[in-house]
Amino acid sequence: MSLPARVTTLVIAFLAVVAGGIFVALHFIGSQPPTEDYTPYASGGQVNVTLMTTAQSTVGQKPDWVSYFIQDPKTKQWVHTTYFAVPENTTVNVTILGYDGCTPLRNPLWGRVTGTAGNVENVSYFNGKKYSNPVNISTFDSYADCSVQHTFAIPGLGVNVPVASVTTLNENNNLCGTSPCTAANGTADAPHTVVKFSFKTPDGTGTYQWQCFVPCGLGYVDGNGGPMGTPGYMMGQLEVQA
Amino acid sequence: MTEPSGVSGDAPGPAPEAGGRRDAVWLITLWIILSVVGCVLVYVVWGPHLPPGDASSSASSQQFDFRILGTIATPVVVGVLLYFGWALAFWRQKPGDETDAAPIHGNARLAVTWITVTGAIVLFLAAFGTYELITPAGAGAGQGPQPIWKPAGTVTSSETSWVPGGKNILQVQVIGQQWAWTYRYPQFGGFETTQLELPVNEPVQFNVTSLDVIHSFWAYQLGVKADANPGINNVAYTTPTSTGTFVVRCAELCGIWHGAMFNYGKVVTSGQFMIWARLTRTQLASVTRLLPPYALTYDPTDISDLGKVNTELGLTGAGGGYYNPADPEQP
Repeated sequence: MSLPARVTTLVIAFLAVVAGGIFVALHFIGSQPPTEDYTPYASGGQVNVTLMTTAQSTVGQKPDWVSYFIQDPKTKQWVHTTYFAVPENTTVNVTILGYDGCTPLRNPLWGRVTGTAGNVENVSYFNGKKYSNPVNISTFDSYADCSVQHTFAIPGLGVNVPVASVTTLNENNNLCGTSPCTAANGTADAPHTVVKFSFKTPDGTGTYQWQCFVPCGLGYVDGNGGPMGTPGYMMGQLEVQA
Repeated sequence: MTEPSGVSGDAPGPAPEAGGRRDAVWLITLWIILSVVGCVLVYVVWGPHLPPGDASSSASSQQFDFRILGTIATPVVVGVLLYFGWALAFWRQKPGDETDAAPIHGNARLAVTWITVTGAIVLFLAAFGTYELITPAGAGAGQGPQPIWKPAGTVTSSETSWVPGGKNILQVQVIGQQWAWTYRYPQFGGFETTQLELPVNEPVQFNVTSLDVIHSFWAYQLGVKADANPGINNVAYTTPTSTGTFVVRCAELCGIWHGAMFNYGKVVTSGQFMIWARLTRTQLASVTRLLPPYALTYDPTDISDLGKVNTELGLTGAGGGYYNPADPEQP
């Protein structure tokens, strides 16, 4: 083989290896869940965002993992993601349908609601038959009552919301077993909570990480692996847009 | 017969020894002048701006170390760069000149001088570095659960109360968890908060621990860095010397949101600190009563006041749980 041919072969082989590396990095490492963009749906300085927690994620590759879902603002379909975008300087009215059972907090400090309007969350419990009257709650004692299933926390904005859970053993044994929990698959009437709160986005764009502070990674050391450390399950990203 | 080194066949020129001596004089003269100027610039001009600043006793100590080390390194850097530049400018190979350079023979005086000077520098740096790791009070680093070097004149006479100006040192517990820092003030009822506030000119004892994996508490502008290990109390000391804000980061890769594990602390006057501490204690009273009793470490698997539902479900504050290796349903 001539020298030019050898050089050409070497260059092509090198470029093939580099391209393969870039593909792996982008496809496997850099892949992100889809972002639900709520910005076009804001009006009057407010936007409504709806999330759901489930005890499993039967739509994903990890059916045993607890997960959040976000409702698409246009189609109203539940999307398996934890990334969403909202406008800056806007009141975000969040509704979380909590279909998971309770787990005590690792740090009881996260049982206190912070960063929301009035530093409270509004909770209604559904026991499988009827909803309770909504009540405002500012602090949960998850050790005494096992009253929290997950948290929705944005440390960068000072927001911490314990997601209230159904509390009795009987209700925990009748949790929604398919995700997302909808009328279409007959699981919407499983015991759950409806948690509502509002927080204000900052006056300026930015990206904020949010997460769950309940160690809910079943099967992982200290409960912090798996869904706790994987985008699309128990941690995500809030994009504040112009 | 071998030609004299450094002299090419037909090219008459200056005797190599004369040229070499002249270059040496120039190089040494320039090196001394540039080194003196450089040392002054590094210590006096650049030094006060070196990280991490002088916002605390430990930060000032570290900045002083950097100034000393930078000043000592300056003549070395100047010498290398000067010799490199001189060689490029004046010792370039002339076209057609393929002779070897002059051989270097042993020079006992030069060797002894070299070994003596470099040895003295290394030994000084070893002694200086060791001393500076000790003062002041461990130089802001974590010293483990039983610290050896403590701020002079301070004692831990009370873990339940603190007033400014006394000898009783202010205790702040730093708790790391994926992915946030929280701070507990045992001398103010044991409240826990996400805000780190400190009084100026008062020695502080950080008790650093973790609730899950290994983190590292790094209060950059304060010059404090201590690993946060679960089940271990790691003690670090500092004394903030000026008011303002500082950044707290995690310096140990601790998971996917490690990069977002930071917040800001504040150094205020003693009066402002007391107002903040008393107010926060009152505001957080409802959640403080839910916290485990103040301790130097915490075990989330050992909760004394679990309710009936938790007990019957077999839950603790640890969550997670382990799959039996034989369990076919592995995560």
